[in-house]
Amino acid sequence: MTTAFDANQVQPPKPWYRRGDVLTVLIAFALGYAFLLFGVDESTRFRTRLNPDPDLTFDWMYFWHMVPLMWRGLLATVKATVYGFTIAIFLGLVFALLRRSKLRPVSWPTAFVIEFIRSTPILVQLYFLHALIRTWDWYSPATITILAIGLGIHYATYCSEAYRAGINSVDKGQWEASTALNLGPVSKWTKVILPQAIPNVLPALGNYLVAAMKDAPLGIAVNATGILFFANAIRGGDFRAVEPYMLMGVGFLIASLPAAWLVRRLERKITYERT
Amino acid sequence: MSAPDTTPYTGTNGNGAAGVRMRGVNKAFGTNTVLRELDLDVDPGERVVIIGPSGSGKTTILRVIMTLERPDSGTIEVGGRQLYHQPAGDGLKPASEKHIRSVRSDIGMVFQHFNLFPHMTALENIMLAPVKVHGQSKEEARTNAFELLDKVGLAHAANQTPGQLSGGQKQRVAIARSLATKPKIMLFDEVTSALDPELVGEVLNVLRDIAEEGKTTMMLVTHEMGFAREVADRLVMFDHGQVLESGPPADVLDNPREARTQEFLGAVREH
Amino acid sequence: MDGLLLEANQYRLLRDGAWVTLQILGLAFVLGVVLSLVVGVGRLSERRWVRGIALVYVEFFRGISSIVLLFIVAIAIPILLGVSQASILMLGSLALGANMGGYGAEIVRGSIQAIPKGQSEASIALNLSNTQRLRYVVLPQALRIILPPFGNLTIEILKGTALVSLVGLADITQAGNFIRQQQLFGDAGTDRTILFLNILVIYFVLAQIINGLFRLAEWRLEKRFSGGEHLTPLDLPEATK
Ligand SMILES: Nc1ncnc2c1ncn2[C@@H]1O[C@H](COP(=O)(O)OP(=O)(O)OP(=O)(O)O)[C@@H](O)[C@H]1O
Ligand SMILES: [Mg+2]
Repeated sequence: MTTAFDANQVQPPKPWYRRGDVLTVLIAFALGYAFLLFGVDESTRFRTRLNPDPDLTFDWMYFWHMVPLMWRGLLATVKATVYGFTIAIFLGLVFALLRRSKLRPVSWPTAFVIEFIRSTPILVQLYFLHALIRTWDWYSPATITILAIGLGIHYATYCSEAYRAGINSVDKGQWEASTALNLGPVSKWTKVILPQAIPNVLPALGNYLVAAMKDAPLGIAVNATGILFFANAIRGGDFRAVEPYMLMGVGFLIASLPAAWLVRRLERKITYERT
Repeated sequence: MSAPDTTPYTGTNGNGAAGVRMRGVNKAFGTNTVLRELDLDVDPGERVVIIGPSGSGKTTILRVIMTLERPDSGTIEVGGRQLYHQPAGDGLKPASEKHIRSVRSDIGMVFQHFNLFPHMTALENIMLAPVKVHGQSKEEARTNAFELLDKVGLAHAANQTPGQLSGGQKQRVAIARSLATKPKIMLFDEVTSALDPELVGEVLNVLRDIAEEGKTTMMLVTHEMGFAREVADRLVMFDHGQVLESGPPADVLDNPREARTQEFLGAVREH
Repeated sequence: MDGLLLEANQYRLLRDGAWVTLQILGLAFVLGVVLSLVVGVGRLSERRWVRGIALVYVEFFRGISSIVLLFIVAIAIPILLGVSQASILMLGSLALGANMGGYGAEIVRGSIQAIPKGQSEASIALNLSNTQRLRYVVLPQALRIILPPFGNLTIEILKGTALVSLVGLADITQAGNFIRQQQLFGDAGTDRTILFLNILVIYFVLAQIINGLFRLAEWRLEKRFSGGEHLTPLDLPEATK
């Protein structure tokens, strides 16, 4: 007995905007963004309410009572990271497109700029950017914005490499097939290339986001608040270094380990769905 | 089940070749039992060819003897010494790594896919174990290595890396490499089946030479029936992890007793 | 402001800073390579507890930011243990090297796993010990896979060395800060952007040198795999002629 093939019974895969898991992630993203936009205290005053016991090299009471201050710094660092990375995602796309350009006067200088930014320290880049922006009298952004721009430019170079690798990973035959099917450039990119490239790119972007978060404490270079700003402020105010720096380490791990774990999960889920 | 028709003797013979005695060996991968209660004896200096259908466990026997795969139960003796056990009081206890390495030095193996070290020249491939494991001087090892390369007809390729060699050449170097440590028993697992047909002959010639010298016991898994008939003292037909029948090649090939053997030989001859 | 260059004495300061940067980079690199190998191999150990420790190491040092780590190692820990901060250069290198080890270990682990199983089996058949197998067979082949990402990692460490200026070391970046402060007192109009642009170029040049060195190493390694010429009868030793 053979069953007749009934085309009506075959469910097409749901489009992304109707998939529960994708929507959950998007909503979480939107809420997170809104929170960072309105819910983060960016004041640069970090005052302790407790005096450390000078006889102890490590005062636990003092350590614990700083947790809310550390949290405030950490949130500011995360905010700068997210802002910066938003810039990186779009600027990276621009870099990648310019780099792909068939005009050598465009693609070569872009390649050089990418290589230059990628192989020099973001700390010095921030000093440079700070100095540069301060010479302009028509634009004086908040320090956290300068930090975000710095992170954005730096990680845009990494993102552009991720895009490039993602596009290159799309099989050559797919390009040829699109041409053979006479698809226009828009359908070619939106229907064939990008749907295949994006899953390759997402995990790399995730990794760079985590990396950007590790650089975001460098906001101190431009006087932007953050988790390191918090620790340095305590050290300057109370002349205690051990507790704030240790707390900074703990707080940082609490934020970065789950982030790294999420990225790995995403990576695994994508590989799973593609096989 | 036919009992092995040779007298088991697992010491070493005058030539220095070593025998093998397997008793009650079991090996399973998950739920797939590959060797079941296997008893197999190989005399010192004997040349045994193992044949059998794909998946019957031929490779696994060799790998278990080479200690690449650990049996689930049973004992294996090589050259009169237990391989996976060592004496403890009156009985046996699981062997230490040191004991295994000591017995293992009597065994050599040649693989289907050569497994030469790609970052070393042919000469370096051959010299590695004599120098690093057996403590030979570099000069001595080099002289021996050249002799072995000459024996397999590849002295001119001494400074070439596997990437520069053809399949047949690679396999000849691999044979020379495993001869370099003077093993008392050598295991060959389908050493010609990854080769282009026109390269099979050169490798079989080398195997023939080794067989004629008679310095080492040989266990070969092969689908080359003509070659088996020519060099084997004994042919062992293997099926479902057990010896189905065994005897002189002429007997097994021309008058197989078991229906499964007839079937298998029929299938092989058709090629 | 004349052009894009600094003054000679300012370059001299930067040169001294570059020397400190290179020292830290060298120390961190050596430590990082050793840790990468030890931890990377440990990740594949047969012993559970070794694997566990290696995993914790990797997760910790990849999870924590090198800046955060630097402040903890170079400032908090010396105070906590009551030791002097004298060798802050060592401590800075230690932090950067440990950080590199976390990333390097994963590269090493992946490269070892990429070596075909047959290579290990042949080593066992030749009766090499586990250490010999690693030393003579697995790692030399893994190196081919390791080198390119290690080049990138080394450049990341070079970039990371700039952070030591934040804990008081006189590296290139710190030399830049010093020059900037001098300028505050003297000629106030001097362009700070030019100063930092010069420093960026120095880092860029150093990074390109590292890049070149790694390319060279890759090229030499590749030569090992590509082997030599046919020998003529004249080349063969007496015994085999
Ligand atoms: N490492 C392993 N893990 C799981 N199963 C295995 C493994 N090695 C072998 N097997 C299984 O054990 C069985 C016997 O394998 P073996 O390689 O010994 O057969 P063979 O007789 O050499 O076959 P062939 O002629 O195809 O080489 C097969 O079913 C194989 O799938
Ligand atoms: Mg087999």
